Amino acid sequence: MVHLVLLGGAPQLLPARIQMAFTLGIHIILVPFGVAFPAIALLANDRGLRKGDPEALRLARRWSKAMAVLFAVGAVTGTVLSFEMGLLWPGLMGRFGGVFGLPFAVEGIFFFAEAIFIAIYIYGWERLSPRAHLWSGAPIVLSGIGGSASVIAANAWMNTPQGFRLASDGSVVDVHPLDAFFTPAFGYEFAHMLLAAYMIAGFMVASVYAMGMLRGRRDRYHRLGFLIPFVVAAIATPLQIVAGDFAARGIYQDQPIKFAAQELVTRTSTHVPETLGGVLIDGEVRYGIKIPSLASILAGFGPGTRITGLESAPRIDRPPANLVHLAFDVMVAVGFLLLGLVAWLALSWWRRRDLPRSRWFLRAATLAGAASVLALEAGWIVTEVGRQPWIVYGVMRTSEAVTTSPAIWGSFTVVVAVYAALAITAVLVLRGMSARWQRDEADEAGLPYGPRLRFGPEGLTDDTGGRP
Amino acid sequence: MTAADAVAVVLWLGVTLYVVFGGADFGTGFWDLVAGNAARGERPRALIDHAIGPVWEANHVWLIFCLVVLWTGFPRAFAAVMSTLYLPLSLAALGIVLRGAGFAFRKATKETAGRRAYGAVFAVSSILTPFFLGATLGGIASARVPLRTAGNLVTSWVNPTSVFVGVLAVAICAYLAAVFLTIDARRLGEASLERYFQRRARAAAVVAGAAAIVGLFVLRADAPDLYRGLTGKALPLVVVSVVCGAAVLLLLARGARMGTRLLAVGAVATMVWAWGLAQHPYLLPETLTVAGGAAVASTLRAILVVFVAAVVIVGPSLALLFVLDQRSRLDAA
Repeated sequence: MVHLVLLGGAPQLLPARIQMAFTLGIHIILVPFGVAFPAIALLANDRGLRKGDPEALRLARRWSKAMAVLFAVGAVTGTVLSFEMGLLWPGLMGRFGGVFGLPFAVEGIFFFAEAIFIAIYIYGWERLSPRAHLWSGAPIVLSGIGGSASVIAANAWMNTPQGFRLASDGSVVDVHPLDAFFTPAFGYEFAHMLLAAYMIAGFMVASVYAMGMLRGRRDRYHRLGFLIPFVVAAIATPLQIVAGDFAARGIYQDQPIKFAAQELVTRTSTHVPETLGGVLIDGEVRYGIKIPSLASILAGFGPGTRITGLESAPRIDRPPANLVHLAFDVMVAVGFLLLGLVAWLALSWWRRRDLPRSRWFLRAATLAGAASVLALEAGWIVTEVGRQPWIVYGVMRTSEAVTTSPAIWGSFTVVVAVYAALAITAVLVLRGMSARWQRDEADEAGLPYGPRLRFGPEGLTDDTGGRP
Repeated sequence: MTAADAVAVVLWLGVTLYVVFGGADFGTGFWDLVAGNAARGERPRALIDHAIGPVWEANHVWLIFCLVVLWTGFPRAFAAVMSTLYLPLSLAALGIVLRGAGFAFRKATKETAGRRAYGAVFAVSSILTPFFLGATLGGIASARVPLRTAGNLVTSWVNPTSVFVGVLAVAICAYLAAVFLTIDARRLGEASLERYFQRRARAAAVVAGAAAIVGLFVLRADAPDLYRGLTGKALPLVVVSVVCGAAVLLLLARGARMGTRLLAVGAVATMVWAWGLAQHPYLLPETLTVAGGAAVASTLRAILVVFVAAVVIVGPSLALLFVLDQRSRLDAA
C-alpha cells in the first residue's frame, strides 16, 4: 500500500531506486578499502621500516597490490555513481545541483589527490627511497578522510537541507555554499561513516588472516597480518558505538519521522520503550522485546523525553518503517557483537599478551569481516530508506526527481549482470594473488625495496638482467 | 568576462584535459587490441602497461571533474543532457567500469588465458567508451537536446553528427596514444618499438585528419550552426589545429625529437576550443545559453574558488606524478 503511494505515477521510480541502491550498495563496500585500507598498509610499512621487520614490509607491499585492484574497482564504480546522479535523478540535479553540487566538487579534489598518490605509492616500491615512499602514502590517508567528508556532506545535505531559499516560483535562490556543506547532519554522519570505514577495512583484512590461522598457518606473518588490521578496527569499534549514539540523537532532532521509523514509534508520547526486533502490522508493534522508557532515555537522557510518532505524519510522508527498523536493529546488534569480540581480544591481551587460545575466537574473527559489511549496509539503509519518500528531506520527493527515461529496466539488467561479473572476477583475482603468494613464499620476500627494475630490450628486467 | 563565462571556461579546460589525457589513455586500448596475438603483441602491450599503469586513474578524474562542474555550474543543462542522452551515457559509464576493471585485473593476473580475457575487455571498452562519449557530444552539438522534456532517446545520438564525432573521438584517442607511446619508447631506448608506434602515429594522424575533413561536410548538412561557427569566428583556431596536425606529420616523418607531443596535443586542444568557441554563447545549441543556464552567482563564485584550490593542490601533485613517471621511477608494482 505504502509503495503504491510512493510510486505515485512515476513508473521509473522503482527501477531507478533499485539501480541506485544496487550500484551504491556495491560501491560502499569498496569505500573502506580506499579510505582506511591505505592507513592500515602504512602502519605495516612504518613498522617494517622502524623495526627492520621484513614480514611487516612484505604485508605492506602485498596489501598495496590488493589495494590497487580494489581502488581501481572503487574508482570506476564511483564514476558510475556520478553518471547516475544525472541519469536517474535529473530532477534533483537540475534543481539543486547548484546547491549540493559543491561538496562533490570538493570531493573531486580529494579523489584526484588520492588517485595520484595511490599511484605513486603503489608504483614507488622499487623506485623511491623507503622514507619518501612511506611519506607518499600520507596524502592518501588525508584525502581519504577529506573525500569521505565531502561525499557525506552531500548526503547530509539531502537529509538536513539548508543553505538556500526557494523563491515563490520554486527556483533556488540565496545559495550559501558553506551552509550547504556544513549541515546539521554533517558532523554525526561523517564521524559514523569514517569510523565504519576503518572498522570494515580492519575486520575484513584481519578476517583473511584469521582464516589462514584457522587452517594452521600460525606463523609470525599471519599473526601480524591479523593483528595490525584487527587492532585498527578494535580502536574504531568502541568509538563507533559512541558516534552511533550521537547520530541517533541527531536524527531525533533533525528527522523525527526517520527516528520514529528506526525506533518503531507509532504514537507521539513520552516514556517510549526501546523495541528490539518486532514488526509493525496494521499500525501496531507486534512481537519484539520492549525495554521500558529506554528509547526516551537514549533520545533525551530522561524517560520524560517526548518522541514523535509515525502517525503524526500523513501516510504518504512515512518511510517503510519495518525495513528501517530491522536494518537499524541489525546494525546495532552487529556493532555490539563486534565490540564483544574486541573485548575478548583485549582481555586475553591484558592477561597474557597473546591472542585468545580458543579456536572460536578465530572463527568469530573470520566472520567479523562479513559482519561489519552487513552492519555498513544496514546503516546505509537506515539513512537512505529512512529519508524516503523524500530525496531532499521535506523539500523534494524522490518521485519528483526521477528520470522519465523508459530505458531503466534495461540498463538495470545490464548493470546487475556487469556488476555481478565484476564482483566475482574481483574475488577470483584477489584469491589468485593470495594463492600465488602462498605458493611462492620467497616471492619478493624480505626485499621490497630491492633491485631496481628497468624497461629494456628484454622487456622488464632487474639490475642483474633477470626477469622479475 | 562574467562568472558564468569563467565557469564555462573552467568546464572547457576540464574537457580539454580529459580529451588529451583521458583520450591518450583510451587510445592505448586501441593499440592494445590491434597488437596481434600474445607473442607478437607482447612487447607493445608491455610498453602500454608500463606507460599508463601509474597514470590511468588520474587521467580519468578529469571526467568526474567535468561532470561535477557541469551539474554544479549548469544544473539544468546537466539534467537535460542526462535525460535525453541516457543510452550513450549509460553505455559509456559501463565502458568505463569494464575498462578500468579489465586493466587492473590484467595487471594482477599471471595466467595467459586470464590476461588475454581481461586485456580484451580493456581494449574493446577503450574503443567503445570514447565512441559513446563522442556520440553524446555530437547530440549536444547538433542541437538535439531539448530543455524541458527529454529528447528522442535514439536519434539524439544515432545521427550523422554523433556518428562522426564518435568516430573522430576514437581516431583522436588512437592518434594521441600512438604519439605518446612513440615518445615513451624513445625515452626507454626502445628503437624498434619507437618505429612501431611511429608508423602507427602517422597512420592515425592521416585517418584523424581525413575524418575531420569529412566531418566538416557532415556538420554543414546536420549541424549548420556549428559549421557556421567553425568556419566563421572559430576559423583561426581551426587553422592552428590543422597547422599543428601537419607539423606533427612532418616531425614524425623525420623522426624528430622535440615538440612532437606538444604539437599533437596542440592540434587536439585547439580543435576542442574551436568547437567551444563556435558554439558560444550556447551551452545547448538553440535552447540554452551559458548565461541562461548558469547557477546562482554565489555558486559560480564557489566553483571558481574550488577550482583555484584544485589547481593549487592537484597541479603540483599531478606534476610530481608525471615527472616520476617520465623518469621511470614508478615501474612495475
